[in-house]
Amino acid sequence: MAGTFKFELVSPERVLVSADVEEVLVPGEDGDFTVLAGHAPVISTLRPGVIESKPSGGGVTRIFIDGGFCEVTPTSLTVLAEKAHDIAAMDKKTIAVQVMAAEAVLHSSDATDEQLRAAHIAIGHLKWLDSQAN
Amino acid sequence: MASLKDMRVRIASVKATRKITKAMQMVAAAKLRRAQDAAQAARPYAERMDKVLGSLNKRVTNKDGASPLLVGTGKDQTHLLVVMTAERGLCGGFNGNIAKLARADANRLTREGKTVKIVAVGKKGADNLRRDFGKNIIDRVDLKSVKNLGFVNAESIGDKLLALFEAGEFDIATMYFSEFKSVIAQKPTALQLIPAKLPEEKATGATATSAEAVNEYEPSEEAILGFLLKRNISTQLFRGLLENAASEQGARMSAMDNATRNAGDMINKLTIKFNRQRQANITRELIEIISGAEAL
Repeated sequence: MAGTFKFELVSPERVLVSADVEEVLVPGEDGDFTVLAGHAPVISTLRPGVIESKPSGGGVTRIFIDGGFCEVTPTSLTVLAEKAHDIAAMDKKTIAVQVMAAEAVLHSSDATDEQLRAAHIAIGHLKWLDSQAN
Repeated sequence: MASLKDMRVRIASVKATRKITKAMQMVAAAKLRRAQDAAQAARPYAERMDKVLGSLNKRVTNKDGASPLLVGTGKDQTHLLVVMTAERGLCGGFNGNIAKLARADANRLTREGKTVKIVAVGKKGADNLRRDFGKNIIDRVDLKSVKNLGFVNAESIGDKLLALFEAGEFDIATMYFSEFKSVIAQKPTALQLIPAKLPEEKATGATATSAEAVNEYEPSEEAILGFLLKRNISTQLFRGLLENAASEQGARMSAMDNATRNAGDMINKLTIKFNRQRQANITRELIEIISGAEAL
């Protein structure tokens, strides 16, 4: 079993997560990938999706992010996301608000292709989350 | 000569003013702490963003066709000044200093024959610049209803700037805000946003190749750089807003501290004057009674 590494999730407002973890699943722009300790250095943009981190103490933490980017080094993973939500703390109501925000982007006339794509992905994820939430 | 009653009213009014300034000072102190915490908490994101942008910049400047957000439009004809000030006054020279810096630059640019456009964030700056540059103000951002500054506020300004930039409305954007040095010192600062000023300038060939060997980029470094440059604008704006918020409260705190002290001095002086006059009145009345009695 590989050792642990430092996982940090940072939003513009504050540091949301800073923990030692064994592995983290990250929704990369070109596909999801899992980071383990000793991973080759990568800088990647992220699409909206779920980050799954396994802390060294066991268990899984799922966090929904609204896009961002990450920097991987052999000893650390830093995710910079503008919006992040702990899935355990998300209920139907907050999800509905998010879906509405994303749909507003889809229906707005001046959104760029990039924004449209991100909103589309976000809605897909949110719908899935909605079916999982209680 | 003011009557005793007038003076009593005057003292009461200065005392009421002192209570208000004292209260404002304490409110500003509490808000300052919160604003400082917010600025502190926002630092890691900006630092990491800077780091990654710096290392990316090293690689991409070697190539042509980089984003105009980084290399500029090749012109410097139209300047956009983003002037950030407070929504409220009564904070010493805070708003005035920022506006003064922006005005000096705007005057200089106009003299050089450049076009100046202004986006005013906060009411006070707009009011201050309206007289000289009223027709240069192309947009105003009102943050009056915002209680806690969030990244969304910076993002909406950032999106506006990007839209203007893509429409070719300006070549160079500069942000004016007050850097928070300490509670008593705030420094009005100009920071160029577009084209971005990145920490690392052109790197030597050796470090560029070593950076290339170290990092992989997904999807491509150009795509990431383009993506990050856009985010960087909002991040910088957010930093400006937070620094400004802390500076505003610091400036207000020291201004209100001074006002409280002045009010105290004034009360002391007025009280002494009041007592003198009261004693003079008593003495005069006594003299009148005594001289009246003597006359008998």
